[in-house]
Amino acid sequence: MGNTSSMLTQYDIEEVQEHCSHTFSQQEIVSLYQRFCQLDRSGGGFISSEEFMSVPEFAVNPLSQRLLRMLDGLNFKEFVAFLSAFSPRATLQQKIEFIFRVYDSDGNGRVAMNDMLEVLRDLTGQYISEQQREQVLTQVLEEAGYTKDSSLVLSDFMKILGNSDLKMEVEVPVD
Amino acid sequence: MSGSEKLTSSSSELDLDRPNIEDYFPSSSIQEPRGKLRLRDLLDISPTLTEAAGAIVDDSFTRCFKSNPPEPWNWNVYLFPLWCCGVVVRYLILFPSRVIVLTLGWIVFLSSFIPVHVLLKGHDKLRKKLERYLVELMCSFFVASWTGVVKYHGPRPSRRPKQVFVANHTSMIDFIILEQMTAFAVIMQKHPGWVGLLQSTILESVGCIWFHRSEAKDREIVARKLREHVRGIDNNPLLIFPEGTCVNNHYTVMFKKGAFELGCTVCPIAIKYNKIFVDAFWNSRKQSFTTHLLQLMTSWAVVCDVWYLEPQTLKVGETPIEFAERVRDIISVRAGLKKVPWDGYLKYSRPSPKHREQKQQSFAESMLQRLQER
Repeated sequence: MGNTSSMLTQYDIEEVQEHCSHTFSQQEIVSLYQRFCQLDRSGGGFISSEEFMSVPEFAVNPLSQRLLRMLDGLNFKEFVAFLSAFSPRATLQQKIEFIFRVYDSDGNGRVAMNDMLEVLRDLTGQYISEQQREQVLTQVLEEAGYTKDSSLVLSDFMKILGNSDLKMEVEVPVD
Repeated sequence: MSGSEKLTSSSSELDLDRPNIEDYFPSSSIQEPRGKLRLRDLLDISPTLTEAAGAIVDDSFTRCFKSNPPEPWNWNVYLFPLWCCGVVVRYLILFPSRVIVLTLGWIVFLSSFIPVHVLLKGHDKLRKKLERYLVELMCSFFVASWTGVVKYHGPRPSRRPKQVFVANHTSMIDFIILEQMTAFAVIMQKHPGWVGLLQSTILESVGCIWFHRSEAKDREIVARKLREHVRGIDNNPLLIFPEGTCVNNHYTVMFKKGAFELGCTVCPIAIKYNKIFVDAFWNSRKQSFTTHLLQLMTSWAVVCDVWYLEPQTLKVGETPIEFAERVRDIISVRAGLKKVPWDGYLKYSRPSPKHREQKQQSFAESMLQRLQER
């Protein structure tokens, strides 16, 4: 991609589309590029954590820190791939895969009780005690047939979340 | 972000300025069907993720400060030469004549202001009157130097005690446009450079209150100064821009309550610029004030409407924040601006943790509730 130029060539758009498995239309990719350039104020070719946090709506989100770890240093192509799970054209599988990646912060393909606790901590803050969180998690894990020592892999996530209607869609504003 | 702008978490004082933001958010929060809590409910973080992704893709705060360049219309064989002629006229004919007008204005102004300021030291009333007139004159010269076509609607502001004027803010020229009609006293952030020099010399004569955005204690000092000014009989009426920052004239950000808790009448003024001629939004992150002025002086004209609206007072049982929102509503409707629930100072600081905590609290409560259900 041209480093500071705001012009995307047709080649660039097609390359990005390939990379995100065609979950976004070419028009949407152009809009996303405008948005990317708008957020990347320093023009470094990637959006820094500071620049993400300057969006107040993002900064108040409980999972913002976790997402920042995934967003750190992404160039535009990777940025679109990151957002691809939120396209209406994304499959349920892609969405569940994304959720798995959010939990699996060390990327080893396994989600342990610790990871789930961390996410739950982000979501509930100080309003539930750590003990209660562990209790609840252990309880629902056991009811679903796991123990508190089991590690879940992607196929477990598919099984657990597969039957639900996961609403995870974002609309890209197209001028 | 320039190195000098540290993003700090805003102090709790700023929290009191904001009405409940949750009222503005669409209720896309975690409303799942009731029922026993299962593993899939805990693992399904999709609502929160969707909110985050939505904010990444588009957010109402950044939209307020986006300068929207007009669509290029000079893209074909017929229009391009026309546009070139326009450029020639603007840069080689209009711009020099405007510079001349402005220089003339400065000469006339300074040659009258300095003698008046120095010689009439003893006769304060007369001096003030003359200085006021001269500042209005100078502002008219400024407006002429961008070929400002300003249409004023509504009754002219009158000099009465216990009233303040509030207006939406797009650029520092808002002040000049209003000042050419009535000499207002103003409250401003002190700027560096030649603007600062102007502020400390000439604006002092019409009355000026300084504030420092970054200092926490500053708010009380400024509030006190505001109250003192409003009580003074001989002071010029005070003009306040409650947004606290320049917005792109399509939106309004939340008004600071400072102007609304002085116990006096608030007279709203709405300003709307016509973008066909020039985009008057001063994006202080992108250009200095000098560049902004030069851009205005090389455009065709600055066309805007100014509406002086009906004075408002605090209703019985209304808090200053509700009062501020009501006046913001009046101004936004009149000027055709959309309201957003953000504090303009979020340009310089992070939102307070209170909002994140609210989300956490509601999630925690819903989770505990569903645990009880069998």
